[in-house]
Amino acid sequence: MQLEYFLLLAAALFCIGIYGLVTSRNAIRVLMSIELLLNAVNLNLLAFSNYLDPAEIKGQVFGVFIISIAAAESAVGLAIVLAIYRNRNTVDMEQFNLLKW
Amino acid sequence: MNLAEGVQLVSLIILGAMMLASALGVVLLANIVYSAFLLGGVFISMSGMYILLNAGFVAAAQILIYVGAINVLILFGIMLVNKEEPYLEGSRVWIGRAATALVCLGLFALLGAMVVATPWVISQAPAAGELATVEIGKHLFTDFLLPFELASVLLLMALIGAIVLARRELLPDDEQNTQSALTLPERPRFVAAAKALSEPAQR
Repeated sequence: MQLEYFLLLAAALFCIGIYGLVTSRNAIRVLMSIELLLNAVNLNLLAFSNYLDPAEIKGQVFGVFIISIAAAESAVGLAIVLAIYRNRNTVDMEQFNLLKW
Repeated sequence: MNLAEGVQLVSLIILGAMMLASALGVVLLANIVYSAFLLGGVFISMSGMYILLNAGFVAAAQILIYVGAINVLILFGIMLVNKEEPYLEGSRVWIGRAATALVCLGLFALLGAMVVATPWVISQAPAAGELATVEIGKHLFTDFLLPFELASVLLLMALIGAIVLARRELLPDDEQNTQSALTLPERPRFVAAAKALSEPAQR
């Protein structure tokens, strides 16, 4: 029964992350919401690894990969936010309309 | 239910409550510095849950990388783009927020129904436990060798890309340019503080 608890917690964290991703105005808060999403996925992978595949723990390997990808994503995301801030002098998501036409 | 299962359940409840409260704080609080510190709380409680799931190595990696690197990086980012700016709130912002909350609740209901309704095949094999680190190492150097090397190349690309993106592009050729390149393009703190003091009613 414990597997369902972990999966429900991960689902709740994922939904909170999506809410933050959609409603935030600050670009850095959007990055934080993406980290929440990645953590929810990671919790799912580790729960499956522990309850469905406890001897040959491939889920934990995937968890390590996701953590390293998240580090790379965070660094590039913050660099993009810094570059946009230097050009537009704001971090408001509503004013980033470079790709609109 | 024996003692160990009770302890596991109680710690799962405590960690889950901590994680959900901190995550809601990250999303809902107005001050972004509080959000960044609460994000650290989310990461630490996630690491506790990994320990409950017999994944000690991933829990240590979570604390080292998320709390030690990503959270500090986000705090540095907040300090670098720290500018007081009033977000122009429309009068009908709450409609969008309510719609988003509704969609997220619907998504949660869908996922929850799926989780509860699916008959999971719980394996009865003994857990790897303390040997998990050895198992992860074997996986990384046998059947996950190609993704491992690709991940290292991707980290290198991200490193170079972040440096190229965040670098200043002007070349200092005379004294005035050097002066402007060494100062951060933000308002001085005392001006912002005086402005905030003079009009406190807007907060």
